[in-house]
Amino acid sequence: MNSITEAFAQALGLVATADPKLVDIVLLSLKISLSAVVLGCLIGLPVGAAVAVNEFRGKRLLTVTLNALMGLPSVVVGLVVYLLLSRAGPLGALGILFTPPAMVIAQTILITPTIAALSRQMVADAWQEYREQLRSLGETRLGAGTTLLWDLRFSLVTIVLAGFGRAASEVGAVMIVGGNIDGVTRVMTTSIALETSKGDLPLALGLGIILLSIVLALNAGAYVVKETAQRRYG
Amino acid sequence: MTGDVDMRAPLSLLPLCLDEVRFEVGSRRIIQGISIKLEAGLRTVILGPNGAGKSVLLRLCHGLLVPTSGTVRWYSPELPGAPRRQAMVFQRPVLLRRTVLQNVTYALKLAGMRRAWREQCALEALARVGLESLADHAARVLSGGEQQRLALARVWALRPEVLFLDEPTASLDPGATHEIERIITALHEAGTKIVLVTHNLGQAHRLADEILFLHQGELAERASADRFFKHPTSPEAASFLEGELPW
Repeated sequence: MNSITEAFAQALGLVATADPKLVDIVLLSLKISLSAVVLGCLIGLPVGAAVAVNEFRGKRLLTVTLNALMGLPSVVVGLVVYLLLSRAGPLGALGILFTPPAMVIAQTILITPTIAALSRQMVADAWQEYREQLRSLGETRLGAGTTLLWDLRFSLVTIVLAGFGRAASEVGAVMIVGGNIDGVTRVMTTSIALETSKGDLPLALGLGIILLSIVLALNAGAYVVKETAQRRYG
Repeated sequence: MTGDVDMRAPLSLLPLCLDEVRFEVGSRRIIQGISIKLEAGLRTVILGPNGAGKSVLLRLCHGLLVPTSGTVRWYSPELPGAPRRQAMVFQRPVLLRRTVLQNVTYALKLAGMRRAWREQCALEALARVGLESLADHAARVLSGGEQQRLALARVWALRPEVLFLDEPTASLDPGATHEIERIITALHEAGTKIVLVTHNLGQAHRLADEILFLHQGELAERASADRFFKHPTSPEAASFLEGELPW
C-alpha cells in the first residue's frame, strides 16, 4: 500500500514540476494522436456522409464493414502497417518505419472507420428528416452530405472525441510501428507499458494521470461547447 | 428584377398533367390511376380523409416520389441540375441549424442566386412574413408558427411558379394558422400557383378556388369550391362534408 502512495506522490511531483522528459512524451503523444484525428476526420466524415446519403449496390455490406472495423484490434493495424512500411514491404522505400509519421498512419487507419461509421449513422438519421426538404430545394447528393455534416457539427464533436480517445489510448499499433524509441517515438501509452514493466511506477502513474486528465478535459470542453451550441441553435 | 421582361425566361411549368398515375408500396395501392390537369392561376385544394393519398399525390406532383406507373408531365419541365421553379412546404418545417436569415440564403444559393443579392432578397422575404426582427436568431428555436412562417419566407424568396403545401397548419393554433393562410393568399396574388393538401374543411373553404376530393387513392370528385361545398356530386364527398360539419 505504501509503495502505491509513494509512487502516487512522486508522480504528482513529476506532473507538478513539469518534468522535461514527461513533457516531451506528452507533447509527442498529442502531436501524433491529434494528427491522426485530423486525417481521420478528413477521410472519415466525408465517407460517412457519402455512404449515408447515397444509394448504391453494396451499401449494406459497406455499412456493416465500417461498423465491424470499429472493433479493429490495434495490434493488427500495427502489424499490417509494419509489414507495409518495413524494408521489404511495398512502402519500404519511404523509410518511415519507427518514426512518428508511421505512428500517425497506424492511428489514422485505426480510427478512420470509427469516425466514418459513427458519422454515417448520425448523418443517415438526419437524412431521414431532411431528405424531402433538401431534394425539394434542389440540393444535390454531394451538397446534401456537406450540408448535413455542417448541420450536425455540434453532435459530430462527440465522434471526433471518440476518435481521439481511441487514438490516444491505444498502445499496440504505436508500439509495433514506432518501436518505443526513447526521445523519438516514445508516447504516453508505450511509456506507461515500459515503465510499469521496469518497475518505475511514478513515471508510469504520472503519465497515466496526464492521459486521463487530457481526455477528461477534452470531453468536458466538448460537452460545454455542445450544450451551449444546442441551446443556441436547437 | 421588377418590371423588366426577361426574354430568356423559360416557358411556364404549367399546366401539369398527370396521366393514369399509380403509386404502390409493396401490394398496397396508395394512388390508383389518377389523371388530372392542373392549370395556372387557380388555388387548388386537395381534400380528403386521412389515408386518402393526398400527401402522396402531392409528392408525386413535386417529384419527390416516382409513380409506379403513369406519367407526371410539366408543360415545360425543369432541367436536371437547374434551379427549381417549384417549391414545397411540409407539415413540419425542416430548418437547418443556422440563423433564420441563413436558412433563406441557403435556399437562394441552391437556386443559383449571386451571393451579393442573397441577403437583401432574404431580408425582403422575411419582412413579408413578419420575421425580419428575428433574422439573426437560431431557426430551430423558433415557435412552431414562426418556423412555418420561415419556411414560407424561404418560398417567398424563391418566387416559385408552383407551390405545393402539405397540411402546413396541421399542428398550429388558430392565430398562427391565420397568419400562414394570409401569406399563402399573398403568394397566390403574387402569381404563384397554389396546390394545398388539407383535411381541414374551414381552411379549404377559405383558400380554395377548386377542390380535388380524394378517396382511397382515387379522385372521387373535382369541382369549383363553391359547387363542391354546396352540391357535392360524389357520395364520398357528401358524407365527408356531413361528417366534418360544422366548421
